[in-house]
Amino acid sequence: MKKTNIIIGIVIFAVLVTVPFWSAILSPANGAAPEVSFDTPVINQLSGDNYKCVEDVEWMRAHHMDLLNDWKVQVVRDGNRVYISEDGTEYLASLQNTCFECHSNYEDFCLKCHTYSNVNPTCWECHVEPTVVGGAK
Amino acid sequence: MEMNRRKFLKLGTAAVAGLGAAAAVANPAVAAAVNGSYKEAPGKRSNVTWGMVIDMNQMDEATLSKCIEVCHKYHNVPNIDTKKDEVKWIWPETFEHLFLDEVHEKMGEKYKGKTFMTICNHCEEPVCVRVCPTKATFKNAQGVVGMDMHRCIGCRNCMAACPYGARSFNFKNPRDYLDEINPTYPTRMKGVVEKCNFCSERLAVGELPLCVEAAGGAIVFGDINDPNSAVSKKIAENFTLQRRTNLGTKPKVYYIV
Repeated sequence: MKKTNIIIGIVIFAVLVTVPFWSAILSPANGAAPEVSFDTPVINQLSGDNYKCVEDVEWMRAHHMDLLNDWKVQVVRDGNRVYISEDGTEYLASLQNTCFECHSNYEDFCLKCHTYSNVNPTCWECHVEPTVVGGAK
Repeated sequence: MEMNRRKFLKLGTAAVAGLGAAAAVANPAVAAAVNGSYKEAPGKRSNVTWGMVIDMNQMDEATLSKCIEVCHKYHNVPNIDTKKDEVKWIWPETFEHLFLDEVHEKMGEKYKGKTFMTICNHCEEPVCVRVCPTKATFKNAQGVVGMDMHRCIGCRNCMAACPYGARSFNFKNPRDYLDEINPTYPTRMKGVVEKCNFCSERLAVGELPLCVEAAGGAIVFGDINDPNSAVSKKIAENFTLQRRTNLGTKPKVYYIV
């Protein structure tokens, strides 16, 4: 077999294998990071020192799932319902009763980032997101 | 360049190791640990073993219906009519079904077919906990047999093991059978088992179970290890029955008949 044929074959193979990467880079829709909304009644009430999440915002962005996982174990199995954050503030460890209090905009907050990063957390199969409250189904 | 098998493997290993090191330098691990701490909510009692006495002289059918309603409404328990698919945390059962060893031919009319309140017995030696392959069902420090729904894989071993039929399987999506969802408590999903949790979410913040509040004195709830508690006194002063004590599960629900 000719050497050039082999090289052409390798190039075609490399392009096909990396389709997910370069299609994501080239596609304009996938390029921009989503803008999550903080425009909810409760967050708009917060000001000054009170304008904060349970932990540092950057940390929450990267690790909210670790925090929720930890809460889940502490609350369900050990009955420790109160979380004391690094700055000493106490929170009721509850997705539905604490997180959703502020982040009552499921579609413009949780869903936006989850769609962007193509993750499908199963939280909502059981935990009631604010949008379905009142009316089932 | 002359390439033999040995050289190729050496070069390949070095390349992979180099790439790995480069990736580690480019993406330094961000601290994932949760640094906050936890504590119990004020009012929670830890050094206790919860138990319950149901006084059937006071528990009429109207009270029982009220107990079921408040419990099922709060905990988002779906209302499914068919026997196979139904989900229940508290349910009515006849005396004969509940205490099958106590039934005899000449039994008083007063007891025949009488409706009793039935819930999970929160056994001291729970069989369901022993058979659960994922430890989704567990007994907590206060003796309450609870479920970690996040871990339930729906194998239904616990349902086969429970001698009291206290467990229900979600054959259908429960949200389709809820008229109204309580936003403060999760629902379940299709494919998990559920049962009464002794209102552990309320006990954790120092409140009594909903059925105890709704029953208005027909249910006494408290620490069965404290001889001075109302529930211990009630057990000591009255003749009480438990379901199928011969099995050794040591239920923590007592009945005054």
